[in-house]
Amino acid sequence: MSATTIDHSPSHAAGEHGHHDNYLVAKKGINSWIWTVDHKRLGIMYLAAVILFFIVGGLAAVAVRTELMNPGKDIMDADAYNRMFTLHGAVMVFLVIIPSIPASLGNFVLPLMLGAKDVAFPKLNLASFWVYVLGAAFFIATLVMGGVDTGWTFYTPYSIKTGSSATTALLGAFILGFSSIFTGINFLVTIHKMRAPGLTWDRLPLFVWAIYATALMQVLATPVLAITLGLLVLERTIHIGIFDPVYGGDPVLFQHFFWFYSHPAVYIMIVPGFGMISELITVHSRKGIFGYKPIAISSVAIAFIGFLVWGHHLFVSSQSALAGSIFSFLTFAVAVPTAIKVFSWIATLYKGSIEYNTPMVYALSFLFCFSIGGLTGLFLGTLSVDVHLTDTYFVIAHFHYVMMGGTVIAFIGGVHHWWHKFTGKNYNEKIGIIAAIIVFVGFNVTFFTQFIFGSQGMPRRYWSYLEQYHTGHMISSYGSYILAVGLFLALFNLLASLRNKGVAPERWRGVSLEWETATPPIEHNFESIPVVTAGPYDFPEVRAARNGNGH
Amino acid sequence: MKTPLLADGSAATFWLPEAASTFAADHDYLYYLIFWISTFFFIVMMGAMAYFMVKYRRRKQGETTSDIHGNTKLEIAWSVLPSLILVVFFVLGFRGFIDTLTPPANTLNINVTAQQWAWSFTYPNGGNDSILVVPVGKPVKLTMSSVDVLHSFFVPAFRAKRDVVPGRYTVLWFQSDKLGEYDVLCTEYCGTSHSRMMSKVKVVSQEEYDAHLKGLTGCQDGQSLAECGGVAFKRNGCNSCHSVDGSKLVGPSLKGVYGTEQPIVGGPAVIADEQYIRESVMNPMAKIVAGYPAAMPAYAGRINEEQMGALVEYIRSIK
Repeated sequence: MSATTIDHSPSHAAGEHGHHDNYLVAKKGINSWIWTVDHKRLGIMYLAAVILFFIVGGLAAVAVRTELMNPGKDIMDADAYNRMFTLHGAVMVFLVIIPSIPASLGNFVLPLMLGAKDVAFPKLNLASFWVYVLGAAFFIATLVMGGVDTGWTFYTPYSIKTGSSATTALLGAFILGFSSIFTGINFLVTIHKMRAPGLTWDRLPLFVWAIYATALMQVLATPVLAITLGLLVLERTIHIGIFDPVYGGDPVLFQHFFWFYSHPAVYIMIVPGFGMISELITVHSRKGIFGYKPIAISSVAIAFIGFLVWGHHLFVSSQSALAGSIFSFLTFAVAVPTAIKVFSWIATLYKGSIEYNTPMVYALSFLFCFSIGGLTGLFLGTLSVDVHLTDTYFVIAHFHYVMMGGTVIAFIGGVHHWWHKFTGKNYNEKIGIIAAIIVFVGFNVTFFTQFIFGSQGMPRRYWSYLEQYHTGHMISSYGSYILAVGLFLALFNLLASLRNKGVAPERWRGVSLEWETATPPIEHNFESIPVVTAGPYDFPEVRAARNGNGH
Repeated sequence: MKTPLLADGSAATFWLPEAASTFAADHDYLYYLIFWISTFFFIVMMGAMAYFMVKYRRRKQGETTSDIHGNTKLEIAWSVLPSLILVVFFVLGFRGFIDTLTPPANTLNINVTAQQWAWSFTYPNGGNDSILVVPVGKPVKLTMSSVDVLHSFFVPAFRAKRDVVPGRYTVLWFQSDKLGEYDVLCTEYCGTSHSRMMSKVKVVSQEEYDAHLKGLTGCQDGQSLAECGGVAFKRNGCNSCHSVDGSKLVGPSLKGVYGTEQPIVGGPAVIADEQYIRESVMNPMAKIVAGYPAAMPAYAGRINEEQMGALVEYIRSIK
């Protein structure tokens, strides 16, 4: 993005040396972090929290896979296993993936991309973080109290009857919802009101469009989750009789309420990944995006249609055949804009100048894994095929290809992409690429096998299983160890870079506004307000082609 | 509809298990149709990606790329073509789904009761069993209910699955034209022993089915009362939570339990006599043995006195 700057910043005139300290050192002491309203510091704090909980959820996943190495007991009994897979799911969904890209990368980068000094409501942003910490504290309390064994979906009436500390976990998820809503409102207002001069809607980086669509869903869907979990807590404590058939309630109603939030939540989790990939593919292939408008609009279209497909989780639940058919049809409708995005990303590579660095390897991994995730969704959207596949490992594999192969890989790619912007350090590129490849291999070994034994009929949430599924489970478990090695290697590689001295040179040469600031950025982002005169992917290499000396 | 991808239309393939119901052929055809169309598109997409990755790899920093913003014709093509294919998937899936939900008029009706963590099948003559036995070549309609939490009745070989919901009936029907024994699995998470909530469906000849049905009600000639109780013990799914060899499952093992003192939660210990055993079956919440969860459903109204007596005799006999 070509940007000129207007020099009318009062702080600039007041600066004694004409330069400001970067956000990491501008203020000192632990209190300057705890009470910070700087979106960049909050982004970093979110990043640290998300990585921490990713390790917790990941270790739970390794424990689950280890238990499943053989039928019967390997390392824990059935009750411990049920708590372990619930821990894995709840932590990964509520504490890791939902906040991953929007709250950590988005917080840091969004105002920079807009040429703004901060988000619209910096104090709300601070509140959002500490509300997240409070929600996380409830999850940790649940763990200390012996864990919860309902699965992250809290299906009634089991979640009403279970003696495990489900109420605490439900309150945790309830509180985390507010964090998500705060962030969503903040980003919506920021995108509407705080764009730099010249930064029209059709010049917004696609990451911003994705965050915008996500924020819409967060604000509209999350209250439904809060109400649902609130009702469930009341059902558990004072038996209001809404979900429990013993008191005249309807357990399937819970599933409708739950998925009315949680299906949009799937898009809350994946759409930011879409935005991230649009940035990675363009910057590292030095090309404008193929089909800017279709990609931007399809994010919003997915956000809208995403509200109308929740019933595809309930095809065999006793939901009516008519409802099931409508939900199946709408599910296919949402597949089309998703497919258009993938086609567009691949087409963007055409006549590009592709550099094989760590973020780009993650971006290409994403295209591979997410395509499988998307295509296997077609099996599950097809009514009669879903009857056989639902609640088997086919579903587990499908959503891991979307959530992990999609969002998490995009997130890790994004962390590498902007690591230098965050810290001023360059990680070791060779080790980064090796880690990315190990992650790719480990991921596919773990989850592709699950499509096979899932199709063969292996149900999900089983502590033990029939002998015919043994080989598949073993391969999957070994794959998870490879995956874990890759992820730890990536993390150590990033952390090791923090020991480097000074600010390393910038390598990516992006042209959207976040690259216009100092690295690491100064506290107020820009010395003076930037003025935007071109699109977000108008690289010098593209301009050279436009000026008539292309390939 | 038969598919060339399945050797004889019923043996297990790489992706799908053995097929043994009348739905299975349609299901498997559609599964493989989606599979091959998806595989085709995946190869085209990844092929294009791999080609671009090699052809347009960076040779020189700052090399000129290209100023392409889109291609209307291409974009219309890749929006419309997938949409048409998806409509085909939708229609075929819809038709198959409606088939699975529409039982014919002349079905054999069997009731299914799900509980943590056992299946119980009740036949037209009132007999109960923990396995499902059905005659070959005849449509069977299951009317299913749950006494506690959600369960889901799943027979992979039949490509049939339906949730079992407390407080309402759900219905599942199938017809198997293939003699054999197939797995029944619970596919809706239901707590501790969810993964052990399995049963079998046996597809047998009409004669075998009739004989089996006769054997379900009451004790048989030449059977001791304890043997009869042992059969009732399995048929009512007792063995999914209580071992008879001393190993600890969800509930206490019944080996040697008769006549011994049992510690009770919130009360004095009791001697496990006939009266106590009967109460523990009919109304298990009355006295919970210390160290075990209050998880057992009540059997009052579900088993008759003859069976109860046989069960007591059986438990007395486990030493």
